[in-house]
Amino acid sequence: MKKWLHPGLWLTLAILLVISIWPILTRDAALRERTFTILLAIVMASSLNIILGYTGYVSFGHVVFYGLGGYMGVYAIDKWGWPLPAGVLLGGLTAGLLAFLLGRAILRLRGAYFALVTIGINEAMRTFVSNFQPFGASTGIELHFSVYKPYGGAAEALWLTYYLVVALSLINILLSYWVRQSKLGLGLMAIREDEDAAEVMGVVAPQYKTLAYVLSAILPGMLGVLFFFKNGTVEPKDAFRLHFSIEAIVMVMLGGQGTVLGPLVGAWGYQRLRGLLLTTNWKIAGLAIKDFQLVIAGILLLLIVLFVPAGLVGWLQQKFSKLRRVLI
Amino acid sequence: MSILLSVRGVTKQFGGLQALTRVTFDLPEGQILGLIGPNGAGKTTLFNVINGVYTPEEGRIIFRGEDITGRKPYEVAHRGLARTHQIVRPLNQLTVRENVMVGACFGRENHPLHRAAEIADEILELVGLKERAEQLAGSLNVAQKKRLEMARALAAHPYLLLLDEVLAGLNPSEVEGMLNTIRAIRDRGITIIMIEHLMHAIMNVSERIIVLDYGEQIAEGTPQEISNNPRVIEAYLGDPNLAKRLLEEVS
Repeated sequence: MKKWLHPGLWLTLAILLVISIWPILTRDAALRERTFTILLAIVMASSLNIILGYTGYVSFGHVVFYGLGGYMGVYAIDKWGWPLPAGVLLGGLTAGLLAFLLGRAILRLRGAYFALVTIGINEAMRTFVSNFQPFGASTGIELHFSVYKPYGGAAEALWLTYYLVVALSLINILLSYWVRQSKLGLGLMAIREDEDAAEVMGVVAPQYKTLAYVLSAILPGMLGVLFFFKNGTVEPKDAFRLHFSIEAIVMVMLGGQGTVLGPLVGAWGYQRLRGLLLTTNWKIAGLAIKDFQLVIAGILLLLIVLFVPAGLVGWLQQKFSKLRRVLI
Repeated sequence: MSILLSVRGVTKQFGGLQALTRVTFDLPEGQILGLIGPNGAGKTTLFNVINGVYTPEEGRIIFRGEDITGRKPYEVAHRGLARTHQIVRPLNQLTVRENVMVGACFGRENHPLHRAAEIADEILELVGLKERAEQLAGSLNVAQKKRLEMARALAAHPYLLLLDEVLAGLNPSEVEGMLNTIRAIRDRGITIIMIEHLMHAIMNVSERIIVLDYGEQIAEGTPQEISNNPRVIEAYLGDPNLAKRLLEEVS
């Protein structure tokens, strides 16, 4: 059990705890909402890291799992009267199943081809859901107010979703750490470095890649249910927002792909920056710019890829080899 | 002596190019077989066919009594066949030890991580990379990367090891060190096929040699027989006196 004692895990968990505990201590609803979006980003980034960082497959369609999982969960809660936890599990299962089916088909593509197909899948799914009557087609599903009753009303339900998203982040960090330290992780990283050489050494790449894809899909699927349950409505344009995927890539790259701590730091940093930019009024030639954070995201991504491809945590590890003992 | 590998009438084409034409040989257990031939003769292609990177158009590969023709590289690896690459393929962002652990974890014996780490340390000692275990593989020099290739293959504890030009680009003392390592591997009971351009080295270390030229097997025999074979001299060595000199170096 030596591997559970890596100080890097405790450091990561401590940071997560510090981020998530303030709203609980202060009972401050506004702070809770801000922290919720940070935790949301952490789960997206950290789960994406399993396929992007460990396995080396760039997916622009990560949000498809969040969207479809969210839809399934909200549908089950709304139409079948399922309790929230069951809906969350269903969302995760749906996303995992989708990843399994997709994985078999598209993970044989490499590099840019895989990346392109993931965009296509997200767009196809959005178009499908926009026309799928049981999911309310383009207007989506609106949860009836009464679904919050069993949880002590809407205000209490918001706290419940917050606790659940904290739990999800925690599970995600533990999952990421387990993958990193396991034989599965070694196989995935071998695939990332040189897939052909890995196969020659006996890594069953198709199986390993599919497993990584499924693991990376389950948590965003569950996350989607939590977010849209809290939100009260789910619409195709919110569920399958392509730029959410791209932002998740920026977070992973910013913090350090292929590390446990990196996506957490990247997500936190990016969301703080985003919050700052959203509350500032940016105007060019007298016109307010919507989604200014996306401009910054694009520039950030460019700078990272050019100058610090390893991301913050990776850069620290390279620069100060002693830090490897505490950073993972 | 039992036959470990049997290559039967293997033919491989790339478009109009005949890369291998009905190559046939048996390899007894415990032998070092040298594979030589001019550039483009099909040596590496033969390795790629044996370990499943390519599927041959015709012919069969029988490994330990089992037909492995058309199996995927990982399936072949699981059956106890490991190889190195002519152009080294280190897993750059992983440490030297992790590179070797991949071989131990996913090769024939399918070890858990902690056992793989022990095996990796043993093997790194054998190939002389023990001090580099914690370094990233990308930071090694060419000679060390060649040793790493070999270590990864060995960590799988294979029955058969395919070595593709592990001596190329090494200086004379490194070559000597590598040859000693190869003999040490053979003494562990691992059968070896090696491709090499350094004639004196391969004549020295192999028990038997096969010569390929334009995908055809033009000769097979002991190093002595090969250096006296007129077809080999014509196709490969060019200068008959060179063969004589090489032979003197061997003895």
